Amino acid sequence: MQGEELDLSAIVKDVQMRKSISVRKFWDTLFSFVALGFLILGLFVLLLLVFQLFVDGREKLASLGFYFSFPAPSAEEAGILSAWVGSIFVIMVTVLFSIPIGVAAGIYLEEYAKTSSSQFVRFLTDFIEINITNLAGVPSIVYGLLGLEIFKETLKLGNSVLTAGMTLGILVLPVIVVTTREALKSVPSALKEGSIAIGASKWQTIWDLILPASIGSILTGVIVSVSRAIGETAPLITVGALTFIAFLPPLPFSPRLEVNVDTGEAFQVGNYGPFDWLFSGYTVMPIQMFDWVGRPSPDFRVNAAAAGVVLVLMTLALNSAAIFLRIYFRKRIKW
Amino acid sequence: MRSTVFQFAAAAATASTLISFNSVQAQQAISIDGSSTVFPIMEVAASEFQKTSGGIRVTVALSGTGGGFRKFCNGETDISNASRPITTREIEACRSRGVAFIEMPIAFDGLAVVVNPQNTWARDLTVAELKRIWEPGSKINNWSQVRQGFPNVPLRLFGPGTASGTFDYFTEAIVGKSRSSRTDFTASEDDNVLVQGVSRDRGALAFFGKAYYDENKTRVTSLGIVNDRGQAVRPTNQTVSNGTYNPLSRPMFIYVSANSAKRPEVRRFITFLMNRAPAIVSKADYIPFTRTQYSQILSIFNRNRVGTVFGGKNQVGAEISEVLSRIPQ
Repeated sequence: MQGEELDLSAIVKDVQMRKSISVRKFWDTLFSFVALGFLILGLFVLLLLVFQLFVDGREKLASLGFYFSFPAPSAEEAGILSAWVGSIFVIMVTVLFSIPIGVAAGIYLEEYAKTSSSQFVRFLTDFIEINITNLAGVPSIVYGLLGLEIFKETLKLGNSVLTAGMTLGILVLPVIVVTTREALKSVPSALKEGSIAIGASKWQTIWDLILPASIGSILTGVIVSVSRAIGETAPLITVGALTFIAFLPPLPFSPRLEVNVDTGEAFQVGNYGPFDWLFSGYTVMPIQMFDWVGRPSPDFRVNAAAAGVVLVLMTLALNSAAIFLRIYFRKRIKW
Repeated sequence: MRSTVFQFAAAAATASTLISFNSVQAQQAISIDGSSTVFPIMEVAASEFQKTSGGIRVTVALSGTGGGFRKFCNGETDISNASRPITTREIEACRSRGVAFIEMPIAFDGLAVVVNPQNTWARDLTVAELKRIWEPGSKINNWSQVRQGFPNVPLRLFGPGTASGTFDYFTEAIVGKSRSSRTDFTASEDDNVLVQGVSRDRGALAFFGKAYYDENKTRVTSLGIVNDRGQAVRPTNQTVSNGTYNPLSRPMFIYVSANSAKRPEVRRFITFLMNRAPAIVSKADYIPFTRTQYSQILSIFNRNRVGTVFGGKNQVGAEISEVLSRIPQ
């Protein structure tokens, strides 16, 4: 008798529990649908925008001349040659400038400063850390002013690719430092301890073990931040990007010409040095696009839309490179 | 990663080699900066000049009139574009760094005052009426307050951003003091936004450069402005160039550094610009002076006449023939 009674209460409990589980499951499903809904909404708006750009700019995107001609006063002739070449040159400088400094700073902060026995160094590290995290959120125009003051006014580098690249370099530096540190943190400490236990020095541990293990995540962070930089306009306008420029930065060792002003004849007066391209004037994709959007003639909006699509594709290419590299390096990690 | 970067770089390098072999690039370069209003003219000029000059490089940037003068007086640029005459403070800045300049008027610009096409009541406005609407602290927010007989329709104002030379000039010409204006209007640096705003609102009123009005004649209607002779005049190329559309038309300028003017490529560029100015200016949607006036202006350059004829002040409704007859103090 008693057993039956117990059974009954167990059944009641069971039913109640099932009910409460199914209610929770319902909420769970509902939430996931709501979340999915917002995701789709966000993506949909984005895709709609890109699609609209594509539709507006399709005739320009289809013509090869658009990619290989300089800006011009008439919308039909105007192209993005100096803009995309300028963007690539500037980004190259940004990458070469910010990766070594950013990664080295990240390694120092994570591997050396944190474990330092000196109280002062640890305090300094905390101070730097707060600043770097803050810097990652500073509006880009502030970096423009910094670049103007340091690179252009103090170091007298002029309106050059070098100034622009380094300005964008400091812009992405905080993000690179932060992602490098996160990547280094994610390496299991057993690995480091093991390496040191078998007699490897700190540097050997970092160079041969920690860096290879975290390089995928570091590169992902670097590329994502660089692809942010490629779309920046404000800091470059501040440091003097040009709007109309109908030539490209001179390649190393290309012939340096001089024109006889009266006859218009050009003759060679030597060659460009290997670094002259760094000091050339430039324009970049977003500036070109911005210039076209503001024109009175509606024809230029087609050009602006096409330039927008190219810029989105450039960013997409960089981001997919990041994903590819992450997968590639993950595969090589064996532990 | 490394190989990707190198491939990317190699592709870019190959592309730019191919291109730079096609177009000859000279070492000489002329750098132009300044007003975004004058920019279209210099873009046309630079682009056409480079086709015939055997590859002398010309670059044009837009830092605004004030930003342009800052670089110009620093000796960073050869030519500075300006939508107003140089100010006393800028003259001082140039003098303290030993930069002398040659002032050359380049074209007319007109400001259009526009309303929605469905606005059937307003055909023209007087300067006094515009002043009452735009002066600081103005409480006018309905068309019925503007003039007796105008209907009861809310008035919505649009205008260029306060950083623009257009805003400076409009406030100077209408309110009487540069940059003094009511603040409760919709401002945008992008004039296309203003066109859009006016085209959607029956009671809207806006002002912006005439070129934007010319491109959008179906979406907005221009008002006649009653000039000092009591005639209501609409902005057309003719009324702007013969001086009857006043006070909302103004000359624009280029300032050439006297040091740069010694360089043969700069001389050639200025000569090219002045000889073809009527075509270049029209192509950029501005209003040219006459051919004779351009040759007068070129002779200012050729005589190397430094200094300004405006004495550091802006001047509303300046007539070009009179300006050209002045002698700089």
